[in-house]
Amino acid sequence: MKKNWWKYLCVLLLLYVVIGGLLMDVPRLHILNESIRNTFFHAALWPSMMILLLISGIYSVGYIIKPAAVRDTAASEFAKSGILFGVLGLLTGMIWAKFTWGSAWSGDPKQNNAAIALLIYAAYLILRGSLKDPQQRSRISAVYNILAFATLIPLLYILPAQTDSLHPGSGGNASFGDIDLDNRLRAVFYPAVIGWTLLGVWFSTLGIRIQNLTNKWDD
Amino acid sequence: MLFTEISGLLKKEVKIELRQKYALNGILLYLAGTIFICYLSFNPQTAQLQPVTWNALFWIILLFSAVSAVAKSFLHDSSGLMTYYYLVASGQSIITAKIMYYSGLLIVLGLLGFGLYGLVLGNPVQSPWLFVLGIILGSIGMATILSLVSSIAAKAQNNQSLHAVLGLPLLIPVLLMSIKISKNAVDGLAWSSSYDELAVIASIDAIVCALAIILFPYLWRS
Repeated sequence: MKKNWWKYLCVLLLLYVVIGGLLMDVPRLHILNESIRNTFFHAALWPSMMILLLISGIYSVGYIIKPAAVRDTAASEFAKSGILFGVLGLLTGMIWAKFTWGSAWSGDPKQNNAAIALLIYAAYLILRGSLKDPQQRSRISAVYNILAFATLIPLLYILPAQTDSLHPGSGGNASFGDIDLDNRLRAVFYPAVIGWTLLGVWFSTLGIRIQNLTNKWDD
Repeated sequence: MLFTEISGLLKKEVKIELRQKYALNGILLYLAGTIFICYLSFNPQTAQLQPVTWNALFWIILLFSAVSAVAKSFLHDSSGLMTYYYLVASGQSIITAKIMYYSGLLIVLGLLGFGLYGLVLGNPVQSPWLFVLGIILGSIGMATILSLVSSIAAKAQNNQSLHAVLGLPLLIPVLLMSIKISKNAVDGLAWSSSYDELAVIASIDAIVCALAIILFPYLWRS
């Protein structure tokens, strides 16, 4: 019960995000209108994905330093939750883009680079699948995971900053700071990031437990 | 000590390449063949290529030539040879030598490709030195990523396709920056307008090189 406090926190935060995010008063903006609420359900997924993939990368570094099967399992499960959040982020973004930009895929640099990032991590899963020996799989996929995370940073944060994006906050569009003068959006956005991240960690811990049981079963 | 090791390994790579000329000739033929196919497909006698298309096509040709050129980096080294390396050299010097050798090879391929491509498809580049610098920085990045990926793929089954699957998405940041730099060179913009891109690609190269040198010894043990 005491150990699981963060799961209750996660449920409470996400309830707050869903109820507050849909019902609260939001700033009125041209074109965006009510779709600005997607900040909580789309934009908040990306920092969560980065945190999950960072945790996965840290476990991989840990595995390289001191090999242990638990660390490898954790790295792969956190990467899987990160990929899930990335896919959800792309899907929610595409629905939003259909209504604000006119088409689901508009060739926006952030959109393209997020898709590339998912390809890199999909390759991580394929790599894991094609190595048979467990120890070899752990070590080699840990190396690839570190390389993948190192490529992710320029891909998602440096390259899109160089070109104009259609996203709010770049290319002359109003940014978070301009829109959110009285911090109303922030009051839901930050809890949303924490809530989604906790949900991702929850998924990962469940995955780790299943994997550990399967390993035990195989022994 | 480390320096002599690296230079020895580098000499060995060059010697093997010159001894087995079929690999080098094969990749040169691949490059020339692809360029000629592009020339025939676009039929530039009647239709002039747009600079954007010209530039993108050049980098795609270079990308796939690089993938198949570096694919043999570790895939073709037999396990006996790897054991021998393990006994006589450190992991760091092996990957450094591979990166240096394949960077050199890709730079030569890129420059030859640029020459031939410009010859058959026309050369709209207005500031050639910037274009060449783009080729050099892009080649170093591609060689580093592909060398590391090749050593990963060599451990797995169906390694030829895995090499491409792992390598292509990782190459995209380097490729995008190179395309942007060479587009600026084609348009003849001032060097100062490409400083940002040059800085980004140089730092990606540096990060990937450092990671390859740190991580390779762990890959190699198995």
